[in-house]
Amino acid sequence: MSWLTTVDHKRIGLMYLWSVLTAFLLGGLFALALRLELLTPKEDFMTAETYNKVFTLHGAVMVFLFIIPAIPAALGNFVLPLMLGAKDVAFPRLNLASYYVYMTGAIMALTAILTGGIDTGWTFYTPYSTTTGGAVTLMTFSVFVLGFSSIFTGINFVATVHKLRAPGMGWFDLPLFVWGTYATAIIQVLATPVLAITLLLLAFERMFQIGIFDAKLGGDPVLFQHFFWFYSHPAVYIMILPGMAIISEIIPTFSKKHIFGYRAIAFSSVAIALISFIVWGHHMFTSGQSQLAAVIFSFLTFLVAIPSGIKVFNWVATMYRGSIALDTPMLYAISFLLLFTIGGLTGIFLGALSVDIHLHDTYFIVAHFHYVMMGGTVIAFLAGVHYWWPKMFGRMYNETWARIGCLLVFIGFNVTFLNQFAMGAKGMPRRYYSYLDQFQGNHIGSTVGSWILALGLFIAAGVLMASLRKKYDAPDNPWGSKTMEWETQSPPITHNFPNNPVMLHGPYDYNEPVVRREA
Amino acid sequence: MSSHTLPAPGDTHGHDDHGHHDPNLQHHFVEMAQQFDTAKLGMWLFLATEILMFGGLFVGFGLQQAKFPEAFKAAHHHLDRSMGALNTVVLLISSFTMVLAVWAAQTGKRKVLITNLALTLVCAGTFLVVKFFEYSHKIHEGLLPGKFFHYAHGQPNEYIFFSFYFMMTGLHGSHVILGMGAITWLLIRAIKGDFGPGYYTPVDLVGLFWHLVDLIWIYLFPLLYLIG
Ligand code: HEM
Ligand SMILES: [Cu+2]
Repeated sequence: MSWLTTVDHKRIGLMYLWSVLTAFLLGGLFALALRLELLTPKEDFMTAETYNKVFTLHGAVMVFLFIIPAIPAALGNFVLPLMLGAKDVAFPRLNLASYYVYMTGAIMALTAILTGGIDTGWTFYTPYSTTTGGAVTLMTFSVFVLGFSSIFTGINFVATVHKLRAPGMGWFDLPLFVWGTYATAIIQVLATPVLAITLLLLAFERMFQIGIFDAKLGGDPVLFQHFFWFYSHPAVYIMILPGMAIISEIIPTFSKKHIFGYRAIAFSSVAIALISFIVWGHHMFTSGQSQLAAVIFSFLTFLVAIPSGIKVFNWVATMYRGSIALDTPMLYAISFLLLFTIGGLTGIFLGALSVDIHLHDTYFIVAHFHYVMMGGTVIAFLAGVHYWWPKMFGRMYNETWARIGCLLVFIGFNVTFLNQFAMGAKGMPRRYYSYLDQFQGNHIGSTVGSWILALGLFIAAGVLMASLRKKYDAPDNPWGSKTMEWETQSPPITHNFPNNPVMLHGPYDYNEPVVRREA
Repeated sequence: MSSHTLPAPGDTHGHDDHGHHDPNLQHHFVEMAQQFDTAKLGMWLFLATEILMFGGLFVGFGLQQAKFPEAFKAAHHHLDRSMGALNTVVLLISSFTMVLAVWAAQTGKRKVLITNLALTLVCAGTFLVVKFFEYSHKIHEGLLPGKFFHYAHGQPNEYIFFSFYFMMTGLHGSHVILGMGAITWLLIRAIKGDFGPGYYTPVDLVGLFWHLVDLIWIYLFPLLYLIG
C-alpha cells in the first residue's frame, strides 16, 4: 500500500521501471509476431488488416509507453536526485501524479487495443487517421494523456537541477547524466505541448469534423505532418539524449579515467536539444514542401550530426589508454558506440535530399531508426539498468550470464537490422505484410535475428530477476564510481543520505586517490 | 528567478538559530526561500507549455488565414466586437484584482485578500456568462462546425474560421474554468487564514497562471474579432 501513495523518487522510479519493462515486453511480442509473419512472402497467419494493426501497436507502445519514459522517468527518477545530493525531486507530488497520469494513459491505450485496435501507424497521419475505423480517437487521447506525464517529469527535472544541487556543486561539477537529462527535460517541456494540441485537433476532427486537417473543409492535411514532426523529431532526442547521458557515466567509470571533453559533451547535449527543434522538415521531403524549404531542412539536419559526433569522439578519447574493465554495463556501452554510430551516419544519408527520395518509406528507414532507437537508446537503457541495478536493488547479478545476454543482444540486433538496410536499399517498402520473392533471403535473416535478439533479452531479464532472490549483497560502490549516488547505501535509505552531502571532488576525478569521507 | 521585489517568504522568518521549522517547509528543501523559488520556476515552466500549446493553434490559424484572407475577413463579421471588447475589459480588471490579492497575501492583509480573490472570481464568472451568450448566438446561426453547421451563405472557406474560433476560445474558456477552480481553492484557504508574509506561494502561482489566461485572451481578441 505504502507504494501507491509514496512520493519518494526512488520508489516512483522503480514503479516506472516495472511499468516500462512491461510495455517493452508487450511491444516486443508484437515485434516477434510481425517478424514471424514476414518469414515468407505470402500471407501466413495475419491478414493485411491485422498486420497494419500489429505494427501500429508495436510502434505506439514502444515509443509512447516504453522508450520516452524509460530512461528519464525510471532510471532518471531514481538516480538524478542522488547524483545531486538531494533528498528528492523538486516536486515529489507532481512526480507521483506523473506516474498516475502515465498509468491512466496506458490503460486507455490498452482499452483502445482491445476494442478495435488502430491501423494508422504510430504517426497518425491525416487524412487516413481521420477516416479509418477502429479506436483511433481513444488512442489519440491516450497519447495526449501520456504527454502530460512526460511534461510533469520534465518540469520536475529542470527545477530539480536548478534548485536542489548539493552545496558546492556548480553547473560544471554536475555528472554528465544530469546534463543529458536536463537537456531532455527541456525538450519534454517545450515540444510535448505541441503534440498535445495536435492530437486534440485530431480527436476533435474525428468526433466533430472540425476540418482543420481536412482539405474538403478548407483545412490542410500536411499541417498535421508539420505539427506532428515539430514534436516528434525533438522526441527522438527525448529518446536518445538520456541514452547518451548514461554512456557518459559508464565509459569513464569502467575506463577509470576522467571523461575527455567534459564541457564539449555537456554543451553538445544542449546544442542537440536546440537544433532538434528546427529540422522536422526532413521527415517531409516527399510530402510536397517547397524545394527551398527542403534544402534548408537538409542543411540543418546535417548540423545535428556535429554535436552527436563530438560526443562519440569524446567517449572514444576517454577510453584511449584507460584501464578498461569489460563488465556488463561497459559491454553494453561499447555496443552503443558501434550501433549508434551506424544509426547516426545512416541518418546523414537520409538527410541528403536526392538519396532520401530513393530511401524514403523503405526498410532503410526502419533500419535507421532501429539502429538509433534500439541500438542506441535501448542498449543504453540496458547498460544503465545493469549499471545501477546494484544500487537500486542492493544485489549483484551473475556477471557471466549477463555478458552472454549482452553478446546475444548485440549479435541478434545486427543480424535483424543489417538485413533491413540491405533490402531497404534494394527497394523493399516498409509497412507491408507481404513482399516480392526476391527479398525473402533478407527477411529470413531478419526474422532469425529477431529470435537471437529475443533470446539475449530473455537471458538478461532472467539474470536480473534471479539476483532478486538473493540477500542484499551489493557494496555501496561496486564499480568504484565517483558520482554521489554511490556514496550512500545500496539500496539507499529513505532520505537518500544520512547527512546533507557536500561536494568535495568532481564526478570523474579518477586520477586522484579515493578518499572516503563522512560529511 | 529572483526578480520579485519583496523578500521571498522565509528570508526573515522561520529561519533563525533555534532550529525553528516552518510547518510549510517540505523536508527536501533547506529553507523557505529555496522552496519558493523552486515552486515559481516550476510554474514558469508550466506556463511555457501552455504558451506552446496555444502556439500551435495560433500558427495554424495564421497559415489558414494567409491562404483564405477573404473568407476569414467575411467570417469574422459574425463575431460580436462589443461583447469581445467587454470581455477583454472584464479580464483586465480581474488581472488587476489578482495583483491586489497577491500583494494582500504578501503583506498579510487577510480581508483585502479575500475581497480581491472574490472579485477575481466574479470577473471570471462574468467572462463566462458573456461567452455563453456569444456561443449560443453562434450556434443558433448554425455556425458551430460539424453536423451542426448549416450556414449556407457566405464564402466557401468560412467554415474553417469557425473551427479555429471554437477551438481557440474553447480551450481558453476551459482554462478560465480551471483558473476559477484554483481561485476558489485559494479563497477557502485564505478564509482559513493559511496565507501571510511567511507563506503565500500558492497565491503567487495561481496569480501567474491567471495572468497568462488573461494574456492569451488579449491576443485572441484582436486575432479573431478585429481582422482587417
Ligand atoms: C545524426 C542524427 C540523425 C539524423 C541526421 C537523422 C535523420 C533522419 C531523417 C532524414 C529521417 C527521415 C527519413 C524519411 O522518412 O525519409 C529520419 C527518420 C527517423 N529517425 Fe532519424 N536521424 C538522426 C537520429 C535519430 C535518432 C537519435 C532517433 C531516435 C532515437 C531517430 C529516429 C528516427 C525515426 C523514428 C525515424 C522515422 C520516423 C517514421 O517515419 O516513422 N533518428 N531520420
Ligand atoms: Cu527527424
